[in-house]
Amino acid sequence: MLRTPVDHRDDDAPGSFGRFGGRYVAETLMPVVLELEAGWNAAWADPDFRSDVARMLACWAGRPSALSPAPRLAQALGTAARVWLKREDLNHTGSHKINNCVGQVLLAQRLGKRRIIAETGAGQHGVATATVCAKLGLPCVVYMGAVDVARQQLNVLRMQMLGATVVPVEAGSATLKDAINEALRDWVAHPHDTHYVIGSVMGPHPYPTMVRELQRIIGAEVRHQLHAEVGKAPDALVACVGGGSNAMGLFAEFVADATVALFGVEAAGCGLHDRHAATMARGSEGVYHGMRSRVLQDDDGQLLEAHSISAGLDYPGVGPEHAWLHECGRARYLAVDDAAALAAALQLARSEGILPALESAHAFAALPEVLATLGFDRGRGEGRDVVVNLSGRGDKDMPTFAAQLLARPETP
Amino acid sequence: MSSDRIAAAFARAASERRAALVAYLTAYDGGFEHSLSCLLAAIDAGADVIELGVPFSDPSADGPTICAAMVRAREHGATLTHVLSLLAQLRAQRDTPVVLFGYANPLLRRGATRFADDARAAGADGVLVVDLPPESAAILREPVRAAGLHWIGLVAPTTSAARCELVARGASGFLYAITRAGTTGTALAEADSDEDAALRRQLALVRAATRLPVVAGFGVRTPEHVARLAPHAEGVVVGSALVEAALAGPSVLGASVRALREATAR
Repeated sequence: MLRTPVDHRDDDAPGSFGRFGGRYVAETLMPVVLELEAGWNAAWADPDFRSDVARMLACWAGRPSALSPAPRLAQALGTAARVWLKREDLNHTGSHKINNCVGQVLLAQRLGKRRIIAETGAGQHGVATATVCAKLGLPCVVYMGAVDVARQQLNVLRMQMLGATVVPVEAGSATLKDAINEALRDWVAHPHDTHYVIGSVMGPHPYPTMVRELQRIIGAEVRHQLHAEVGKAPDALVACVGGGSNAMGLFAEFVADATVALFGVEAAGCGLHDRHAATMARGSEGVYHGMRSRVLQDDDGQLLEAHSISAGLDYPGVGPEHAWLHECGRARYLAVDDAAALAAALQLARSEGILPALESAHAFAALPEVLATLGFDRGRGEGRDVVVNLSGRGDKDMPTFAAQLLARPETP
Repeated sequence: MSSDRIAAAFARAASERRAALVAYLTAYDGGFEHSLSCLLAAIDAGADVIELGVPFSDPSADGPTICAAMVRAREHGATLTHVLSLLAQLRAQRDTPVVLFGYANPLLRRGATRFADDARAAGADGVLVVDLPPESAAILREPVRAAGLHWIGLVAPTTSAARCELVARGASGFLYAITRAGTTGTALAEADSDEDAALRRQLALVRAATRLPVVAGFGVRTPEHVARLAPHAEGVVVGSALVEAALAGPSVLGASVRALREATAR
């Protein structure tokens, strides 16, 4: 039974989603995030600003992105339901990340910031930030875990070609969480002139709300496009969740519509009893990176290192709104492991002619379970519509695909 | 408030016409024995207040020196329970006030009330949490104060006069004024620079907002730095420089503390 979170009002306690969210930052940054909140509220209420964002997304970033039917995938999955792909992979820079970066860098410019910093895991957010900064003429520094620098070389080169400085972070697990720590250290040292473009629906308020609103266009387009195709709303939405921005972008438009089932898919890595990034399945409540949310932690409140084959899902926290949607039962969260994600990427490539990012492949890997849960499996689901967010393209993951899939003799 | 060990330490320093020397050390750096020896050495060399850093996996407000100390402490198995045992051992031997200095998650993970009671039982006098600004602090501040411990307020160079008052309203014991935007270990402003003048203005702003003692810290490394700040604050904090000195052992640390203490005249 799906419930609508009727008490979900993030405007009565700023930035809170139930008891999740909030603002847990060092005092040096508090005045900065308060100023950002005021600046964001004013900008988002200003039709000129919104039209600047919309125009840049349309004329430069390639929106709207297509909604593609996936009949051969549906057939392979044994469902009579229509399966649709929201093609964020077709955006400029190859993922949904550009939606958020266009909005935040335009906002930074409006607020008079002269320098942009960002963290990145898979490199998609770093590339998107570097790209918008190049376009708008702002210097850009991207923090990236050293492990991710090694496994996402192509994106590092793209950022460098765009003029950004990429700083490898060796601390901790040398992945996304450590890149965020280092970006926070930079920001606390440059609170006045620097805007920190957080790449997901996480961090202190206003980020989770601001990034969701900038990504809401994904679901808003789906509503419009699907209505034009079949004259109805979707029955279910499926998206991968690391921090959770592509999922919130798809869900936001439909959260109040209880007839639309929402499925987030997190990374089970090597398995839920091994190393993983399954914050919903195996996490607990904590205060981390400026927010109260669910995190992977030990009994002492120390963060655990996450693991996923996908650098973009390799994070031991999750956006606070997801923690809330999970807790109130409005969205369901599944976990799929590395092997399932790789197999799903191959299946999508060969059924629909699209190489997905490893992150997005997790959403596809969960489809059998999603369809079974909905009763759309075994030839059922006639007249129903399931939309999967194809949040990014897979070019950046070719070295991983090559090592993990194509090198295996059993791969046809 | 129990912690009149804190008030007494500032009163004693004031009566000696000097600023209190507040020494930060990361708990468990080098393991239990080494950490305890260093704390005793710092106290015996003249530290008036100890800030005891609680190790955390993701110290995003700390610079390289204290981050490395937290990694070492965690390699020695440091948990909050171990830190509180270390504090209890220290308390059995010395009366110097101790403020637990850390990040919210390990403290909240224990349960706010249980943490406050355990900290009190171990002999803590106050608690300072880097990532709980006044708007978000009530969950831990109220249990800590109910247990009779001080909640130490933190103000930064970005903090306005109005926010200084907000911080001061929720605080007791003393206010910690960060002298420079950045992580711990950031260099102090050059003497007589524009930033140095801004720092003095900021300390005056904080002073106007509270009757609590004000301590200044971040980037204070040498006796010269202490001597520059001492006239403008009731206390001066030295952190990263002492963490480095402690690596060379308790006697080197003691010598550093002694030299800093001699520079506290107001």
